[in-house]
Amino acid sequence: MYDVAVIGGGVVGCTVARFLSKYELKICLLERGTDICEGTSKANSGIIHGGYDAAGGSLKAKLNVRGSRMMEELSLKLSFAYKRNGSLVICRSGQDAGMLQTLYERGVTNGVSGLRIIDKDEIRSMEPNINAAVEKALYVPTGAIADPFMMTVAMAENAAVNGVEFMLRSEVIDIERDDTEYVITTGSGEIRARYVINAAGVYADRIHSMVSRTPVSIRAVKGEYCLFDKEAGGLVSHTLFQLPSEKGKGILVTPTVHGNLMAGPTAITVDDKEGVDTTAAGLKEVLDTAAMSVIGMPSGKVITSFAGLRAKEAGGDFIIAFAADSDNFMDIAGIDSPGLSAAPAIGEYVAELLGRRMDLKEKSGFVEEREAIPSIADASDAERQALIESDPAFANVICRCELVTEAEILEAIRRPVGARTVDAVKRRVRAGMGRCQGGFCSPKVVDILARELGVKPTEILKAGEGSEILKGRNKERPCDTE
Amino acid sequence: MNACDIVIIGGGPAGLAAAESAFKAGVTDIMILERDSRLGGILNQCIHNGFGLHTFREELTGPEYASRYERKIRELGIPYSTETMVTDLGTDESGDKLITCMNRQRGMYRIKARALILAMGCRERPRGAVNTPGYRGAGVFSAGTAQLYVNIHGYMPGKTVVIVGSGDIGLIMARRMTLEGAKVRMVVEIMDHSGGLKRNIIQCLNDFGIPLKLSHTVTEIRGKDRVEGVVVASVDERRRPIPGTEEYVECDTVLYSVGLIPENELTRKLGAGIDDKTGGPVVKADLELSIPGVFACGNVLHVHDIVDHVSEESAHAGENAAAYIRDGRVPEGAGGYVDSEEKNVYRPGENEDRLTCIMCPNGCELTAVKDDDGKVKVSGNRCPKGVRYATEELTAPRRIVTTTVKLEGGGIEALPVKTDRTIPKDKISDVIKELTGVSVTVPVSTGDVIIHDIAGTGADIIAGTDITADTDID
Repeated sequence: MYDVAVIGGGVVGCTVARFLSKYELKICLLERGTDICEGTSKANSGIIHGGYDAAGGSLKAKLNVRGSRMMEELSLKLSFAYKRNGSLVICRSGQDAGMLQTLYERGVTNGVSGLRIIDKDEIRSMEPNINAAVEKALYVPTGAIADPFMMTVAMAENAAVNGVEFMLRSEVIDIERDDTEYVITTGSGEIRARYVINAAGVYADRIHSMVSRTPVSIRAVKGEYCLFDKEAGGLVSHTLFQLPSEKGKGILVTPTVHGNLMAGPTAITVDDKEGVDTTAAGLKEVLDTAAMSVIGMPSGKVITSFAGLRAKEAGGDFIIAFAADSDNFMDIAGIDSPGLSAAPAIGEYVAELLGRRMDLKEKSGFVEEREAIPSIADASDAERQALIESDPAFANVICRCELVTEAEILEAIRRPVGARTVDAVKRRVRAGMGRCQGGFCSPKVVDILARELGVKPTEILKAGEGSEILKGRNKERPCDTE
Repeated sequence: MNACDIVIIGGGPAGLAAAESAFKAGVTDIMILERDSRLGGILNQCIHNGFGLHTFREELTGPEYASRYERKIRELGIPYSTETMVTDLGTDESGDKLITCMNRQRGMYRIKARALILAMGCRERPRGAVNTPGYRGAGVFSAGTAQLYVNIHGYMPGKTVVIVGSGDIGLIMARRMTLEGAKVRMVVEIMDHSGGLKRNIIQCLNDFGIPLKLSHTVTEIRGKDRVEGVVVASVDERRRPIPGTEEYVECDTVLYSVGLIPENELTRKLGAGIDDKTGGPVVKADLELSIPGVFACGNVLHVHDIVDHVSEESAHAGENAAAYIRDGRVPEGAGGYVDSEEKNVYRPGENEDRLTCIMCPNGCELTAVKDDDGKVKVSGNRCPKGVRYATEELTAPRRIVTTTVKLEGGGIEALPVKTDRTIPKDKISDVIKELTGVSVTVPVSTGDVIIHDIAGTGADIIAGTDITADTDID
């Protein structure tokens, strides 16, 4: 019997679990995937928005601004990459410059500090490669970038250290109310909990409807992205937004915290909530639109493209509330942008809402901090020497592009909520994130996973169920010569 | 800090040839740095034959070619350090080169060298480089990655395969996947001709009835968790897919062979210029970069078609580096760049009756036509072997079969093997059938007979490399 069951292991679910793990609560987190961070959290812009975009008074505005203010300190406590690079909302000649003023005013109302509307010369001094057609921009100094994978993993690891039980491969099939508790049927068994928190992303409506008749409607809005080689990482230093439209914040161009260049996302509503495929039209739109922001977009230096689905609720705002017709069932639904930015504030807010229903007692011995897996790539030569002396596996380079060693991969596997798949390793230590996209390292990562987990290489998954990388031994089938 | 005359980064074909020639030119204080656990580089996984016609005047497999050079390195006593990663390069005020390395035994250390030879090779362009839309499930591999899985690990990355790109690696992998038990549905090539050698079109595709779809591309990959199929479409003269020509092809695997890029991350740390066209460092005619005493050779400089040219070019780099050590400069007219003459690429309807003779390094371009009586008329040959070769190729083609058998008792689970002589082409599947289920236990030495008189062909199956219980998977 759990006090709280959190459904969904994305950045929201993991962050909520982490914030609730401060209290004397028995908590479990249910995730259908083979790893946390397998949905929207793994395919988004990685932007920590300033908070000028959401309408004043909305939950989005409030939690974005608060989350953005919490982020830097959290990134230091939990060791995930964060960089306040500042953002620019750009306005080209012929576009509505009044829109910048509107955004500025909205930002001031929302409590965003340091906003300024700047002119061509100042923009050019900040971004030499800006498209010549750009006339004005809203400068948002609090805009930042973060590593969404590591933020999610850091929250999960820290939550686990503080007692949260993570149940992967546990898709919620049904929820029933049994007197004062919920009975949750999952693909891997039955869970009982007094409180249920629905952080199921694009499926939050399905989970909600298992216990409630009130309407929650989540549509999936696909966003496609192109990621570029680090060679192109210096093209811009700020995050460059187009003027927002009713479709969203538009296609941005940004450096990533790891030094790549990224462009995206598109915004197309799709019916298929598993539809994370990229399209020729979408990728073209990304590259064409990015070229309107920046000159010299290096389309030949794309190393991968991907798509994610944002969970858009019909009302447009986040829904974070107890269901009206089902006691102690809380929805965290419609968390599209700025969900990543708001996540810490969502965690805090959920604790506050829960505290109104139950007596939350702070736990003694709460571990507030999490250490990063040591990174050879980021270490100085002296630090590398010390790491190799502590464990020679730090000298065994597995991923050449990103300089990731065997020791780092082993730790990613051995940590709480450890990596079980090739993609899970990739998210935690960046093996396979580089320009060869796992060409050199993935066979070695498969071997290390198989050895460490005590399974055959043919059982190792790339990501989801059915994503085995290998299909058997050589010569298991006859040679077909015709 | 260690010091030596010449440091060579990379122990593949380029680095080994450079080391040998520098040594023979009188500079014996050399260190080869290799990041894998054995020398040989990419040749270790290139278990097919066709290497060495120029250098050794015989046809060798990749591991055999590599082992010839390794033997020379050992005989000359040239030191090398494996499992050693170079993490940084620089120069000091006296012009010496500083090489920062990392390995298990020594941690971080530096070597000071008077001359430096860059021989880091190249890497494959992945799917992302051509930005194929669709899902990103398992089953999408660079061709070389698949080659590593099959030839070194002994595992199949898929059972039903579409190959994108008809460069030589794509063609070689079409045959490899077929021999090891996969169905290769087609090879898709966006250009109107194949960039691969015509010999590979014949021996890797035609021998197995694998279609080559020229002027086609994959426009979409389907299957969220694992590849389920691809959409293939014709392209116009600007390589854009033509709407309405789409065809869905079921498969569980897509292999990409869409080009190689010289691996110059370290070169950039030296502040050297990179040539946009080749992707390699800018060098003078004698292979020296703008930084005195730094030379580049092999695929790090420009991507070569055949390894023999890599060896030849790298020997020049070794000699020139030795001259630099000896005299402080490379003499006028020293050897440099080695590139292919125009290679015999495949275009449909063009030169269909042309053959490149592989009996000797002359590589004569033969024209061979079979008349109605089955008699073969050959021209273009410079010696009688050409007639013999063309006649056999047109009437009763014979092949060396290279493949793998299961290896037990060591870290490596696949042993490369080959027939010790050619066998009739139509016996290939019988040979493979007889090898199914065969396993060998370490240690194995090159040339060990695994099966006598396989499938009644008179040929023996022999081991293609040396493997002990300690040989590592890299």
